[in-house]
Amino acid sequence: MYDSSLDIRHIDTRLSLKFRGELTLYNLTKYQKDIDKIDFKNEHSVVLDFSELSFLDTAGSIFIHNIQKKLQSISALHVDLLCDNVEVTDMLELVAAQKIKSKKIAEPEKIGFLENIGRRTFKNYLVFLSFMAFMGELFAHKMHYLISPKNIRFKEIAFEINESAIKAFGIVALTSFLIGLVVAYQSAHQLKIYGANIFIVDMLGISVLRELSPLITAIVIAGRSGSAFTAQIGAMKITQELDAMQTMGFDPYRFLVMPKIAALMITLPILIFISDIMAIMGGMVVANLELNITTNLFLDRFSDVIALKHFFVGIAKGPFFAFLIATIGIYRGMLVRDDTQSIGFNTTKSVVESIFAVIICDAVFSIAFTNLGI
Amino acid sequence: MDNIIEVRGVKTSFEDRIIHDGLTLSVPKGSIYGLLGPSGCGKTTLLREMVMLQKFNGGEIEILGHRLCKIDYQEAMELRREWGVLFQSGALFSSLSLRDNIALPLVEYSDLSTAMINEIVEFKISIVGLKQEDANLYPSQISGGMRKKAALARALAMDPKLLFLDEPTSGLDPISAREFDALILKLRSLLNLTIVMVSHDLQSVYDTLDKVAVIDNKKIIYEGGLKNILSVENQFIQTFFKGMGQK
Repeated sequence: MYDSSLDIRHIDTRLSLKFRGELTLYNLTKYQKDIDKIDFKNEHSVVLDFSELSFLDTAGSIFIHNIQKKLQSISALHVDLLCDNVEVTDMLELVAAQKIKSKKIAEPEKIGFLENIGRRTFKNYLVFLSFMAFMGELFAHKMHYLISPKNIRFKEIAFEINESAIKAFGIVALTSFLIGLVVAYQSAHQLKIYGANIFIVDMLGISVLRELSPLITAIVIAGRSGSAFTAQIGAMKITQELDAMQTMGFDPYRFLVMPKIAALMITLPILIFISDIMAIMGGMVVANLELNITTNLFLDRFSDVIALKHFFVGIAKGPFFAFLIATIGIYRGMLVRDDTQSIGFNTTKSVVESIFAVIICDAVFSIAFTNLGI
Repeated sequence: MDNIIEVRGVKTSFEDRIIHDGLTLSVPKGSIYGLLGPSGCGKTTLLREMVMLQKFNGGEIEILGHRLCKIDYQEAMELRREWGVLFQSGALFSSLSLRDNIALPLVEYSDLSTAMINEIVEFKISIVGLKQEDANLYPSQISGGMRKKAALARALAMDPKLLFLDEPTSGLDPISAREFDALILKLRSLLNLTIVMVSHDLQSVYDTLDKVAVIDNKKIIYEGGLKNILSVENQFIQTFFKGMGQK
């Protein structure tokens, strides 16, 4: 390793910049600072002395090129190069030749505030349009399904039912049981104060059957299956499997999309039913331990005060939630572009959007059912 | 009908970027036709337009007598059974074994017995030069060259008249690439295929192609055989073909 340094000194009226050893990307920042301190306007003649320079890399020669340019732009200045190393001159020439060839790319024009709003609005409008196109295609295929039942892919539907519902029984049951437990436990203390212990049955029955179970189930399934749909279809898109299917005449809607939607629409009501059972059981445990309401008493009261309609209201929401979760998951999967990052982005979006859509849908149902007096 | 594919004045643009500005070409029956050009000139885009994966903005493509502009669902489905497509990365279905990948079109589109389908699959596997014991492997377990061969076997499953190949030799070592070229030539004469391919491999271009179209700067700058191609004054053609012309 040579001792590398930059000597800046005046010899007579000339300013001499003497580079020693190596000039590489590791030491040029230090040199740059030294050179920036010099005021070239007061100089008449400058010598760039490379006679003791043993090695110059590309970064170093770009650095030298820039210094030369800067010096040449000062008119009353005489620049000399002192160099006898062929490798160094070759490197300098290479950089100079490349610099001439490559034109500076014009920087993209700055986008104004209004234009930005316009562009974004238009982009969102296009996303909306493509979602509408997706829905349109979906309904056209639904029609195909209804017209000839032989188009229905029973095998794929059965596979999806197993994947996205049967395997989710455990997690849905456990979550619902805990939610029933927690809700009952929180209200038990309040009810005790008024001595209204028995009303825990009314409260739990209506809130769990109508609202909590459908929502909890939908949220668990959105996180579990919605994300899986997006990731699976997204990955198939990146590996061109979707393209391959299309060119072979296998309609992805028929083979991938419809079975998933159908499977989820069939099974979500069943999952909600299981969630109902488990959440009420959780409530029953707390009622027994905290409020001394026996299981028999709980069930007697339950069949007295909870009308059947509450159960059906909860179950009826199932297919609608399922449709939202499945379509958003699949649509997001289809939006995946040819990079892996967009799988992550779209999976996140799919879960967030489907949970949001489920809650909106639930709110609409609430208002509608209340106004209808159900 | 002499020409299996007719492309007339096709225009394509992505937002404001124009890719094709009026391409016209025709693929004669029984030929091996190459789409060449510098990278980014839209060769693969044109191939995707031909196989109905992408829409074009103007002009007309006619394949096997079907006009793609106003094709309806049923007609499109029929047309899709008459061709095979080999994607650059193979695009085998990763959840299925090689056997199931090749058998899939047969299972879906025919009412053949399982035994018959198995025999057809075995035949396709041997015709592309794979071993029978590879059939039970999954796409993730095999090498790039084998993946291409398996994808070719799947493309040939329905005995198509027309085969599209997107850079068939890219990512293969030189020996496998030459083997693949020989395989394509063999299949053409065995099965009487018409083949359209996008290629960057000069050796493979000279070994296999009968007719080429060179796309540069949004236009077709040359269409025809390889003999006179060096007479065209174009930077891409001169640099791409120069090495071969001197040999």
